[in-house]
Amino acid sequence: MKPLLEVRDISLSYHTPSGETKALSHISFHLMPGEFLAIVGPSGCGKSTLLNVICGLLEPEGGTVLMNGSPISRGDSRIGYMLQKDHLLEWRSVYKNVLLGLEIRKEITAEKLSYIESMLRTYGLDKFRSSRPSQLSGGMRQRAALIRTLALQPDLLLLDEPFSALDYQTRLNVSDDIGKILQKEKKPAILVTHDISEAISMADRVIILTRRPASVSDIIPISLDIENRTPLSSRSAPNFKSYFNLIWKELNQNA
Amino acid sequence: MHEPSAEQRLYLAKRKREKHLINLSRILIFLGFLLLWEVSARKGWIDSFIFSSPAAIVQNFIEMSQNQELFTHIGITLAETLISFFFVVALGTGTAVLLWSFPKLSRILEPYLVVLNSLPKSALAPLLIVWLGANERTIVVAGMSVAIFGSIINLYTGFHETDPEKLKLIATLGGTKKDELTKIVLPSSVPLILSVMKVNIGLCLVGVIIGEFIGARQGLGYLIIYSSQTFKLTTVLMSILILCIIAMILYGILNLIEKHCLKNS
Repeated sequence: MKPLLEVRDISLSYHTPSGETKALSHISFHLMPGEFLAIVGPSGCGKSTLLNVICGLLEPEGGTVLMNGSPISRGDSRIGYMLQKDHLLEWRSVYKNVLLGLEIRKEITAEKLSYIESMLRTYGLDKFRSSRPSQLSGGMRQRAALIRTLALQPDLLLLDEPFSALDYQTRLNVSDDIGKILQKEKKPAILVTHDISEAISMADRVIILTRRPASVSDIIPISLDIENRTPLSSRSAPNFKSYFNLIWKELNQNA
Repeated sequence: MHEPSAEQRLYLAKRKREKHLINLSRILIFLGFLLLWEVSARKGWIDSFIFSSPAAIVQNFIEMSQNQELFTHIGITLAETLISFFFVVALGTGTAVLLWSFPKLSRILEPYLVVLNSLPKSALAPLLIVWLGANERTIVVAGMSVAIFGSIINLYTGFHETDPEKLKLIATLGGTKKDELTKIVLPSSVPLILSVMKVNIGLCLVGVIIGEFIGARQGLGYLIIYSSQTFKLTTVLMSILILCIIAMILYGILNLIEKHCLKNS
């Protein structure tokens, strides 16, 4: 099977008047169709920078990113991106928020609209369509943000710490929720997080980055002894703790 | 609905009393001032030729209302103010959008905007009269000159402070700079635009009056200058009172528009 995404030897530096900061150094990995990757690393190591490169918002100084064998472009329609906060626009109704991506890409077709309708119904946002975002709970807001991203039917989702703004309990519930939705829609994804448990609970493989300049320290396949795995049930797998300790040790060695 | 508790009722009653007290005090200060003014003028404590009196002002207003002249002055000033306000809104927002769209241009022009904004605009009025002639167009330009630079700077600063993460959202959805402007920057700046305009309507009025002082044959600014030169100080004071009322009404209208817009969004 061919990989869906290939990240090849990515390097990038930030330039400011006071000097040059090396952010990414020769990063390579790949993602298979249907796979869920998590990237963990010390805070400020350049995880978000890496996601910006993968989705084409930042041009790397060295290396290439290929999707299905062809290089990605700025704002590539094959890639969906979820930011740290939901950024639902308060001056639009929930439905209009969900439609934002299609509006921008000028792709409001009957087929896409009916896809949105089915997602709104499946994920319980149907009755909130004319509500303002502020009337939704934190979990519902994240769902709306996810539907906004999925409406463009991307082949790959990038999640940039999408749960970090939520309190702990909501965070567990929402990550479980989003994880299940992605499983159901069969979307491959790359999750960036500094939360080791979150990474293990959601991912098929965990990529560990070093401190800045970030490079790949290790890639750990996760195989939990549990059936019908969901992000929440994963946490009670017998070997969850040993993965946690393994990643914890590696992160500390790098630090 | 269950009954509010006795404490809650007491609290509400207290709040209501305070509100009444404040409103009453405001009215009393106004009436007291008018009364003191009138009595002082009648008793000869102040020179009623220079300071006039409320009764004289009311009488003067009634007399001048008989012919249409006073209302022509008011209408001209009002029209000039509204026209210059319209241009300030259109040009100010347009220029701010332009500056936001081309960050290099805004960096190049920044010192010029700062200087033009801090310049006392009344200093420009005599020049404008010479360059553009003593006509309504000049008065409108004078009105604009007071408000335009400040509104460009305020609006551009507001546009510039748009949440960068929201702009990134547009980029991740494949949007362009134009999408950033129409989907994020402008809608999120509606409260700012409204509050800038609320200040500007008053500034336009100031500019129009300055213009009328120097180069007009009609309008309240002209009426003030003409009457003061002919020592009709009652008319001067009446014109100033009318200006107060106009300023209050214009501000009130914009306040209502602002409330309406913010409620809907």
